[in-house]
Formats: sequence, C-alpha cells, structure tokens
Amino acid sequence: MRQMRPQDILIRTPAGLCCKPGGFHIDPVRPVERALITHGHSDHARAGHGAVLATQETLDLMRLRYGDDFAATTQAIRYGEKIGLGDVTVAFHPAGHVLGSAQIAVTCKDTCIVASGDYKDAPDPTCAPFELVPCDVFITEATFGLPVFRHGDAMEQIRKLLTSVALFPERAHLVGAYSLGKAQRVIALLRLAGHDAPIYLHGAMEKITNYYQERGVALGELRPVRSMKKADLAGSIALAPPSATSDVWTRRFPDPVTAFASGWMRVRARARQGGIELPLVISDHADWDGLTTTIAATGAGEIWVTHGQEDALVHWCKTRGLAAWPLDLVGYGDEEETDVAAATEGGET
Amino acid sequence: MNRFAELLDRLGYEPGRNNKLRLLSAYFREVGDPDRGYALAALTGALSFKHAKPGLIRDLIAERTDPVLFGLSYDYVGDLSETVALMWPKTASSSNISSQAHHPPPQRSPTSGEGQGGGYRERDADDSTQSLHGHNKPPPPTLTEVVTTLRTLGKTELPKQLARWLDELDETGRWALLKLVTGAMRIGISARLAKTAAAALGPKDPHEIELLWPGLAPPYTDLFAWLEGKADKPVNRDPAPFRPVMLAHALEDTDFAAMNPADYIAEWKWDGIRVQAVSGRDPRGHIVARLFSRSGEDITGSFPDLLPSLHLPGALDGELLVMREGRVQSFNVLQQRLNRKTVSPKLTKEYPIHLRTYDLLGDGDEDLRSQPFAERRARLEDFVSRLDDPRIDLSPTIAFDSWDGLKAARADPHQAGAGEDADAVEGVMLKRRSALYVPGRPKGEWWKWKRDPHIIDAVLMYAQRGHGKRSSYYSDYTFGVWTNGDDGEQLVPVGKAYFGFTDEELLQIDRFVRRNTTEKFGPVRHVVHAPDQGLVLEVAFEGLQRSTRHKSGVAMRFPRISRLRWDKPPREADRLETLEKMLKNDDENKILVTSGRG
Repeated sequence: MRQMRPQDILIRTPAGLCCKPGGFHIDPVRPVERALITHGHSDHARAGHGAVLATQETLDLMRLRYGDDFAATTQAIRYGEKIGLGDVTVAFHPAGHVLGSAQIAVTCKDTCIVASGDYKDAPDPTCAPFELVPCDVFITEATFGLPVFRHGDAMEQIRKLLTSVALFPERAHLVGAYSLGKAQRVIALLRLAGHDAPIYLHGAMEKITNYYQERGVALGELRPVRSMKKADLAGSIALAPPSATSDVWTRRFPDPVTAFASGWMRVRARARQGGIELPLVISDHADWDGLTTTIAATGAGEIWVTHGQEDALVHWCKTRGLAAWPLDLVGYGDEEETDVAAATEGGET
Repeated sequence: MNRFAELLDRLGYEPGRNNKLRLLSAYFREVGDPDRGYALAALTGALSFKHAKPGLIRDLIAERTDPVLFGLSYDYVGDLSETVALMWPKTASSSNISSQAHHPPPQRSPTSGEGQGGGYRERDADDSTQSLHGHNKPPPPTLTEVVTTLRTLGKTELPKQLARWLDELDETGRWALLKLVTGAMRIGISARLAKTAAAALGPKDPHEIELLWPGLAPPYTDLFAWLEGKADKPVNRDPAPFRPVMLAHALEDTDFAAMNPADYIAEWKWDGIRVQAVSGRDPRGHIVARLFSRSGEDITGSFPDLLPSLHLPGALDGELLVMREGRVQSFNVLQQRLNRKTVSPKLTKEYPIHLRTYDLLGDGDEDLRSQPFAERRARLEDFVSRLDDPRIDLSPTIAFDSWDGLKAARADPHQAGAGEDADAVEGVMLKRRSALYVPGRPKGEWWKWKRDPHIIDAVLMYAQRGHGKRSSYYSDYTFGVWTNGDDGEQLVPVGKAYFGFTDEELLQIDRFVRRNTTEKFGPVRHVVHAPDQGLVLEVAFEGLQRSTRHKSGVAMRFPRISRLRWDKPPREADRLETLEKMLKNDDENKILVTSGRG
C-alpha cells in the first residue's frame, strides 16, 4: 500500500488545519461543520461550529464560556480512546497545558500526525501530564521558541512570591494570571508550598476555578475579592486576569504589589513594559528545552511549526536534520490578551 | 551570588523608595559577612576591578551557541548580558526522555499528577545520571568569591573563570554576574539608599554611616558589627570626611507671623548645586580635598579645577556655580558640568567652576557646628579672606529690617544687591542667627523662600498611566497651548506634568480622562481638547528653554499642575506666543536658556 503524503492528510486552510480524508478541522478559527478542539483557550476553542469533538473538560469549559448552544452537537472523547472519522483514526492524548488539554493524533494508513495544540512538559498539579506520542509528523507550537526562554522550576517562583508576602505583610499581592489554567495552577502550587490562607479571586475567574474544584482539583479556600474591606486584604494574595492588575479594580487593595505569572516574565523588558513589580516565570507552554527535547523524542522526521517564534525553532530542527517549516496559521496567540482586556475595560466604572 | 542576584532582580522592578529600603535591609539582615559587605560595596560603587568588555562576553556565547539562534534571541531581548544569561547552555544533560515513549499513557484523572513531580522530564531523572537540578554540579560561587577572585585575576584567565561561574549559576545569577563584571549595574539605587538600608539594622542614623564612610573599606565587617551592636563604632581617620548637611523648610506666608526679622540673616538662594568642600591634612601633612554632594556622594572627580583652591583645612558649605567674567551663569549653563565621566581642559575652560560659600562647619581641626550661625558666618568671612582665591567667594547677605522690605528685595534681586547675578537667584534664604548646624531639616531654623513660579493655563491633551501606586490612575499629563498652525487654530503640546495635584484632584482628572477619551494608544489616551470641550490645567513652572526636541520649540523646567480650571473653557487657555515672549526677554538679557524667574 502506498504511504499517504502528510499534506494529503492535514492541510492548512483559512479556517485552520483541515483533515480532508477525515472531514474535520482542528482548532478552526472560523465556524466549520466538524471541529476537533485541543483545549479550552479562546483562540483554539471558538463558538459556532456544527459538531465538536473534544475531551469532556474542554467541552465543559466551552459551555462555561459560550453558553449551552456553543455548537450544534458535541461528543466527548477520553484520553487514549480511538475514533474513526472518514478514512482516518483520531486519538486524544494529554498535552499537559491546562485541564482537559489534548494533543490530537491523526492516523491515516501508516502515517501518524500529531497536532499537539499548546503543550508543556513541566509538572502541573492541575492537569494530566504531557504524554509523548511517537509519530511521523509532529505539529508543534512555538510560543516560547527562542533559547532565552527557560521557565525553570515554577515552585521557585512561588517561593519568591511567598517571600515577598512575608516581607510586605501590610500590602496585598496581586497576581495577574490567565483565568483558565494559569490561575488554578498558581493556586495549587501555593497550596503545595504550604500557603493555606484564603486566596482571593477576581470575579472573571470564579466560574472556571469553581469548575476545576468540581473536577477534583484541590485548591483550598477561595474567596471573591468583591465585598472585602481594603484593610482586610493586607497580607493577602489575590488573582486576577492580567489586564485587571493595572486598572481601577486594583484600588480596593492596600498598596498592591503587582505580580504576573507568565513565561514572558523571563524577559525584563517585557515585565517592565507591563509595569510589573514581581515577575513570576510560570508558563503553561513548553520552554525552549521542552520544545526541542519533545520534538526529538517524538521521533518525527518532519516538524510543522505553528504560532510563536517559528524561525528559531525551524532553524533548530534543520540543524538536527529534520524537515521543518512554519505553518503560518493565523488567529492563535497569547490566549485572553484580547478577551480579558475586553472584559475588564467594559467593567471599569 | 544567587541571593545577591535575587536582590538586584527584585530591586530593578520595585518603584517605591521605602520598599527598596525594606528589600535591602532584609538582605543585609539575612546574609552574613562578608557577602553582605561586598553587596554594599557593589551597590555604592565602591568596588573596583578591571571590567570585562562586552566583546569577551560575545566570544564566550559564540563558542557555545548557534549564531542564528543567538542573533534571533539578542534581537528579541535587546540586552547582551540578559540574552547571554538566559541562553547560556546547561552543562548537565537535563533530560532523558527516550524511554518515556514506552510508558503507558497516564491515567485520565486530572489530579493524578504527582504534584510537582508530574512532568515526565523530572520523573525520569531518578534513574538517569544527572537530574534537572544537577546533583553533581559544583555549588554556585558566593559574591565574595566573585569579587575577591576578580580583583586578582589576570586578563587571560578571565574568560575561563567567567565561563565556569556562568555554568554554576542560574538565569538570574548569570544576569547579575554579567552586570557586575561589565560594570553596568544600573538598577536605580543610589549609594545613599544602600547606606540608609544598612543603617536600619541598628537602627542608626544614616548620617552616622556617611560620617564614617570615607574611612571604611569593603567588606565593611566593622561597620556591620557596630550596626548589630556587636562592636564599637569604627573610627573615621579620614582627613576630609563628609558632614551630614542641614536643610531648609519652604516658607509659607503664614509662617511670618511667628518670626521676628531681627532674629534672621537673609541671603540669596542661588540656583546651583549645593556642595560641601572639605580639606584636611593626612598623616604625612599633605592636603586632602574633597567635594561632596548634599547627600554625601563624593563628586571630587567631576571638578578637578576647584581642588587647588581648597588649600586651607576646613569644611565649607556653599553653592557650585559656573562663573564667566565675574558673572554667575544660569543653571542651564552649569548643567554642562554635571554627570561628566571625563572632564576635559576645554570643558573646564569654557565652564569655569566657582564656589559661593555660605557656611563654615569646620576651621582646621575645630568643629564649628555647635556654634550659632551668626558666629559661623563671621568665621566664614575670615576664612574666605584668608583663602584669598578667585574661585571661592562669599554669598552676600541681604540687608532688611522688615518682612515687606525683604519681600521687595526678593521681587527685585537686581536692585537689592545681587546686581548682574540676579538671574541666577531663585529666591531668598532665611537663617536664624542662633541656629546651630544640625543635620536634616530642623523646624524653624532655616527657611527657603523661592521666587514665585511662572503660571500658564494649558489644555490637557493626552494622559498616561502612572507607575507603582499610580498604575491604575491616569496621572501623567501632556498639556498644550494654542497656536496658529497649518490647520488654523490648534493646540501644540508644551510639556508634561505628573504632580502638583492633590489625591482628590487626581481622582477627578482620572475620571475626566476615562470619560473623555477619544483614542487609545497602549497606555496613552487622547483626551478631548477642543475650543469648547476639554480640561484647562493651570501649570506652574520654574523656567523655560528653547528646545529642538519639542514641536513647540520650548521646554519647561519643573512643570507641575497648580490648579484645575474647571471654570475655564479651553479656548481661553494661553497661547504659544506668551511662552515665546518669555524666551525673547531672556535672549535680550543674553542668558542662554533660562527665563527670568519671577
């Protein structure tokens, strides 16, 4: 039997990655008939598709975000479960990015392509760990695709935060974190570090955080910020969407220390630009070492690079004798930079 | 080194002075000798070793990384030390994941990850020879090791040693090391702030450290022992020590009621740099002379042309000025002499430095600070006449017998005795005859009575978010005045101000900005500014200079918001011609750039 060419299985279209023999798109940026969704971040999971296939968690998170009618029909798939679609078989494997996140393995005849979505190989107590899936073609993100991005140990960053809380007990520590994934991970790490005081939440992250708790992620005692008196927030840690940490909302805190948990915080200029006083290098994406080790370990001979710093990663692949090129998909980026900004700007009175 | 690096890292992001102090004090308290002493030395600029050139750092990274990847990274980060610190390759192999492919898929439950150890890279570390954190790695160098090694290291050994340290340190540690060895710390900490933080260990008065400082050397173990109450105060054997300065309060109209003119001596307030010029004899009998800023920083190196004039042992308090043909030049001229790394003969010739004195703190070995000001003034007059040097003169006193009389003098210094130097006068100083020389700002002893600022009405055009505590407020304002431009009547920006208003006024302006934004550009908002719509700000400023950098052609000195003119429609705000006229008056007075203040 003749082996399929990879581009006969998956091809780039304006709506996103399209699998013609399977009759579906992966993480489409426009409404399509059938969509396979890797994870719940808004740049990957959009409303308005016909049929959606994703993990139960991803479907639930989409429902929380877009309402019950976000798609005409939905189907949940378990990690490791195989489903036949047209001429291909698909399977979802943990991506270690956020709760419910998956890599999608598409197999057609003897060729296996893994679309990994966003992923990280670092430990995260709030989601299933990344699983390495051997494949012929590996589609990787490149959000932190430069060798300067090394996230290090997230626990060290949590220690840095707690040291600051101890040093400034009369101030509040306001941690900017994306409301899906990062916020819950920061809370879980704080608990692991032994911080058992109540942690305060911005209204925009309550729903998703509650959902994490319902799914059995232990986050300890959480309280909404609203209705708290300013003086009572001294010495506390509060989490908020990044854009809220520099707006009127912060005035309810006593002399807040502005922190931000993100891989971008590795670069000083980025942190300064955002007026961040306490940068915390905690990322839900693989860092440079994570990307390159994973690429090598998949055994794939061909690497397709999607959103981020594609140039450096493609170059690295080529120096390792791997065929590689950028996919130039548009519409993916730092999740929530847009949707959170919109949410808080609207509520700034 | 990593702990010091952590401190530098945190200080670099912290905007508040008090918080910086807290971070520094915590470090000094927590870290032992001699590391903390070398840290204090690094922060006060007291370390000296031959610095590594950026070329050396480039060579080191070029040997270890792909040039394309380095180029892309450097482009992105924009700072050589930081780029190298971040992409320096790990020596120990940090992963061993090939076997992972054969592991069964993990269970589905989201909580099944084993907390911190959930990632596959680390889970396999047990059976590999090197873990992520490298058990076999030598410990990172201490700050002491770095500093003492660098002092003695030959140039040829430097690259190898540096590479070894870079292997041992983490990202932040590498960054700090590279900043240290290239001599480019720049983290917004003054020497004074670092000493103040050390003083908090006592707590002691930071002035005491300033007094001792010239006699101390890194790693300052004697200083820390004294601060922590474990030893006696170190003795300063420095022949030309700094003495903490006395400062004045700003005079308000209501203060006069309680003051008797006969109790005070008045002098001109010169618009220069407050300095302390100290001379003494070292054990061999040679004169040692130093010039200190009012915070105690040694600025001798910037003014070598003044040193020969300081030939009598004593401590003078006065104003540093530029004098040409017997006339004091404006502050803008003096600025040419400030913050210079090298002082060329051309510079000293074109900008001849001068010291105008107004107090004498010590005469020979005699400390005069416990004597009344009137007595010190008499001693000063005698001292200056003994010096007999054209570069050092006396600041004249102003004769007055009533507050109204002094007010008239302040309004017209030219007629009241300042003569040709009147343009360098920024007000009047009042000193109580009986005042002892007390460090700090004792109440009611010295007063400064500045000339009234210029005032214009300008229109708020753009607003930007502030920093730190003000990051949620639009607190930086660009304002403009009317001019007849290409498109007819239009506003042209003439300045920026971010203080002068009360907290309540800040809230009001912030609200106005949010409700009247026409466009947003990142942190900047365009605020409505039309003839009938907008906010008029009364702006006070000290002076004006021509500027090619500003579209309006003028730049203000020390602008601040003095009042909000909610009552005034923008069309009635001032015009650019008004400002241009101020400049013109100055030009006629043949002053380079300042305005006639007042």
